[in-house]
Amino acid sequence: MNTLQRVRFIGKPLVFLLCLLPAALAVGDAFGITGQLSANPVEDILDRFGNWAIRLIIIGLAVTPLRHVTGWNWLIRFRRMLGLFAFFYVLMHFLTWLLLDRGLAVDPAFQWAGILEDLTERPFITIGFAALLLLIAMAATSTAGIRRRMGRRWDRLHYSAYVVGVLGVWHYWWQVKKDTSDAWIYAVILGVLLSYRIWRRFRRPMRNRGG
Amino acid sequence: MLIKKPSDIRPSEITSEANYMNRRTFIRAGSIAGASILAAPAMAAVVPDQPRAKLQGVIESEFSTDETPTSYEDVTGYNNFYEFGTGKEDPARYAQEFDARPWSITVDGHAEKTGTFHFEDFIKPFDLEERIYRMRCVEAWSMVIPWVGISLADIVKHYQPTSKAKYVAFETLHDPVRMPGQRRRVLDWPYREGLTIAEATNPLAILAVGVYGETLPNQNGAPIRLVVPWKYGFKGIKSIVRMSFVEKQPDVSWRMAAANEYGFYANVNPEVDHPRWSQASERAIGAGLFAPRKPTLMFNGYGEQVAHLYDGLDLRKNF
Repeated sequence: MNTLQRVRFIGKPLVFLLCLLPAALAVGDAFGITGQLSANPVEDILDRFGNWAIRLIIIGLAVTPLRHVTGWNWLIRFRRMLGLFAFFYVLMHFLTWLLLDRGLAVDPAFQWAGILEDLTERPFITIGFAALLLLIAMAATSTAGIRRRMGRRWDRLHYSAYVVGVLGVWHYWWQVKKDTSDAWIYAVILGVLLSYRIWRRFRRPMRNRGG
Repeated sequence: MLIKKPSDIRPSEITSEANYMNRRTFIRAGSIAGASILAAPAMAAVVPDQPRAKLQGVIESEFSTDETPTSYEDVTGYNNFYEFGTGKEDPARYAQEFDARPWSITVDGHAEKTGTFHFEDFIKPFDLEERIYRMRCVEAWSMVIPWVGISLADIVKHYQPTSKAKYVAFETLHDPVRMPGQRRRVLDWPYREGLTIAEATNPLAILAVGVYGETLPNQNGAPIRLVVPWKYGFKGIKSIVRMSFVEKQPDVSWRMAAANEYGFYANVNPEVDHPRWSQASERAIGAGLFAPRKPTLMFNGYGEQVAHLYDGLDLRKNF
């Protein structure tokens, strides 16, 4: 097997299953099969989906820098899957909030007005929702055919993965009561990745000029 | 005829406005307590130095709710006690090693009686009562907890605060060796809380020494903690080592950390949102994944007993 085949037949199925694992565990725990949710199960599920969404966005953003540093160009073949899984977890996070936390699926007293109020008057929810909208646009344009047809515009749209990362960490930071240490870790990693991209962008023309 | 001049009357002898307003409740509670004294003589409060030891001579209270208490596992497994970590399950894990004995409590400030007392002596003069209370956390979740405690009004009266005592301030133990969460400056240690004298002498306020008829687990604030059920949970300061009678409004931990988000009063109020989240509804712990939120009640449903304490106070400003 060559590298391409190894990525396709071993790497991709493996990464797919790994990415699915947190969701499978959440569902398993919800029904008491694999373990238990916390005493506050809705918040537990919300936190798990939200955390994995941020982690996968960060892992997805790390692909290119990691490729540059290691020279492993095959890493790029995992990026779309990572991005789509990040979208999947953000969507699950959003649906848990809408259906269970705000109660669309379980609360007879549910009102859309409450959702609108949350989206407009709770800034951390507003920015989380903005990140979801960006991810929807990116996921909808993630096929190879659309990418080809969009050309340069596709790159510009998909650079907003960084915006999603910033919004995601900000959203997380803003809802933490006091102990922001986990949010700090995400912010630092995101800052390093973003700085690397900016640094490369400005270094390139210098080198070209010199050469 | 002996006529007492106003100056002969010690401030501690004067019935507080809160007690005056609640006199009928007191009389009712008194007659119930009286009945239970006939059935089984009330005992001096004793709390054994053993985990999960059954507490003796606990009197029932008419202030208890008849709602079903949250499970023992959740009451003792899902806690906010940053002295043992900021995760909800951290206190149950990291407070296991904690030894709440020997324990002493310092009473100081504007009172006739002050000093440092062994925990055993501090609680001895009083009755143990079961108080099944709703508990509403500022994070918008709630429990129903069967506390065992002592009326804070009785304790306050015992130390005979003077007229200068306008507030009661409390402090948690500060010992980063025994409380590993204090090694990080998440809050400005020691944890501090406070009540007005009227709040502290309201019949609902207790210092809890037990839960579910047993000794208080470490993660719930052993050996003694405050419970004020009409206020957000963070007012319930745990593992108390100091009680001070003070003239000025004391600094309180969460207000010190974020004054725009947490006020001194911290009364449960569905109409005044936390700046970042709504306080209109809450999630009952133990209700499960598919239970809807339930509406939060003004003063956590204890308005009848406490609303008069805040007459004329703008609760939007004094949140």
